[in-house]
Amino acid sequence: MSSSDYEDLYDDHILDHFESPYHKGHLENATCSHSGKNPLCGDRVQLELLIDEDGHIEQAYFDGKGCAISQAAASILCEEIEGKSVEEVEGMQAQDMLDLIKVPLTATRQRCGLLGFKILKTMVYSLDDSGGNDST
Amino acid sequence: MTHTAAGPALDVEAVRADFPILHKPLPNGAPLVYLDSGASAQKPRPVLDKLIECYENYYANAHRGVYYFGVRIDEELEASREKIQRFIGAAQPEEVIFTGGTTMSINFVAYGWGRKFLKAGDEIVLNEMEHHANLVPWQQLAREKQATLKYLPLTSDGRLDMSRLDDVLNGRTRLVAVSGMSNVLGTINPIDEIATKAHACGALVVVDAAQTAPHMPIDVRDPVVDFLAFSGHKFFGPSGVGVLYGRRELLEAMDPFLTGGGMIDEVYPNYSTWAELPAKFEAGTLPIAEAIALGAAVDYVEGLGFEAIHAHEQRLLEKAHRVLAEIPGLVIHGPTPQHKGSIVSFTVDGIHPHDLAQLLDQKGVACRASHHCTMLLHEWLNVPATTRASFALYNTEAEVDVLAEAIQFARKKFRLA
Repeated sequence: MSSSDYEDLYDDHILDHFESPYHKGHLENATCSHSGKNPLCGDRVQLELLIDEDGHIEQAYFDGKGCAISQAAASILCEEIEGKSVEEVEGMQAQDMLDLIKVPLTATRQRCGLLGFKILKTMVYSLDDSGGNDST
Repeated sequence: MTHTAAGPALDVEAVRADFPILHKPLPNGAPLVYLDSGASAQKPRPVLDKLIECYENYYANAHRGVYYFGVRIDEELEASREKIQRFIGAAQPEEVIFTGGTTMSINFVAYGWGRKFLKAGDEIVLNEMEHHANLVPWQQLAREKQATLKYLPLTSDGRLDMSRLDDVLNGRTRLVAVSGMSNVLGTINPIDEIATKAHACGALVVVDAAQTAPHMPIDVRDPVVDFLAFSGHKFFGPSGVGVLYGRRELLEAMDPFLTGGGMIDEVYPNYSTWAELPAKFEAGTLPIAEAIALGAAVDYVEGLGFEAIHAHEQRLLEKAHRVLAEIPGLVIHGPTPQHKGSIVSFTVDGIHPHDLAQLLDQKGVACRASHHCTMLLHEWLNVPATTRASFALYNTEAEVDVLAEAIQFARKKFRLA
């Protein structure tokens, strides 16, 4: 990837999500929550899910602080997974998340873009183990 | 570790002509504006030539061969050591140990001196602006020996609060670890006063000179310091090589940290005895060509002269402070230019430092954005990260303007202007 490929990194799609994030805040009745950080940028993201009895994600919220890529990606992720089943989320791959972000990310910035996704994956897999609330 | 304020002008275009990498345009066509010399400096032609000369003409392992190349490489290596000895004002070349870099040098002291001589209840004085390289080894040592860490507080503008020095020094203080110049704030620390007071308490002084060496003269005997470390790669020399200076009696008394080939005198089935200095601390094969080329970096810097380098960098620094201060929402962290070397770390309201650095890159400006291996300092600054422009002898005033324009470009991109 050459430097010129970064030109559109901060396009409207990213900046809109960064400035007006989808479901940024907290759920009062979250089924589960999990947080993580990216030591490179100091990004922090916390994800909270409300999952119904059928195993569908009714609501997804995030909170956090960090670079535009990490925060916009968390917002995009929350928008994407609402209505999906836990099984569907388990099937999501990192590339699916990168595709949702749309803009090209270098290997370094993929850590920002995938932070929320990584937290989500950790959370849904720990659901299988405990079915309970796991918060760091 | 002093510097003067005025001096003859540096011919910056002639200097730039010595650095081939500065003339290679980036893939997007922008000219390179390299403002990350604090992380690692670019290399002048004489250093590159010396590496090639070594590999093409007389390369062999050092301190091993009796054949022509073996003798020649030793002569080159020891000539480099003597250049460094003179450069830092050491009394003897044997007090100059080649290491892998500043981090390894400081670990040599923490383990070689600290493990042998530190006792439970002893105290080590640190401060929050230290790079992790001059912090974490002391933490590890203190944990192992049940020693206590004490922190000299900082002033609100990011200098060591010297009025509190007497509060942290006492009869139990065994060591003060301090940087000559902060890698984030740029602050130049008063090593003379620290050394005088530390020595009066019977404590040793370890100076992290990684940021000092490229910018100002070093004299380990004025003020007297006990150990001093710097890296080749920040000093326009090759990566992979660094220097540990230690006073001879301390190096003689302490244990080697790395043991193995080349550092022994005699080996018996159950124990070994150590070689004379400096071999005692140079186990294994050194970064030979790199250590030799570090001598060429010393020649290069001395050829320009620190008076000219300092005057040039101070102009860049003052201009950077002046120009960046006009940008809305931009905060420079650290003291005013007269108290620091040519590093400007800043934050811009509304743009995360990593996003800012990425947008600066689009304009060809290479700045580092992170906590710069100073998590305690960033905690103290109450920001997760900063963007750092670090200037060196090859930067120009025009590049300061490019930096300012690129920051404005980033603010527009983020809909802040």
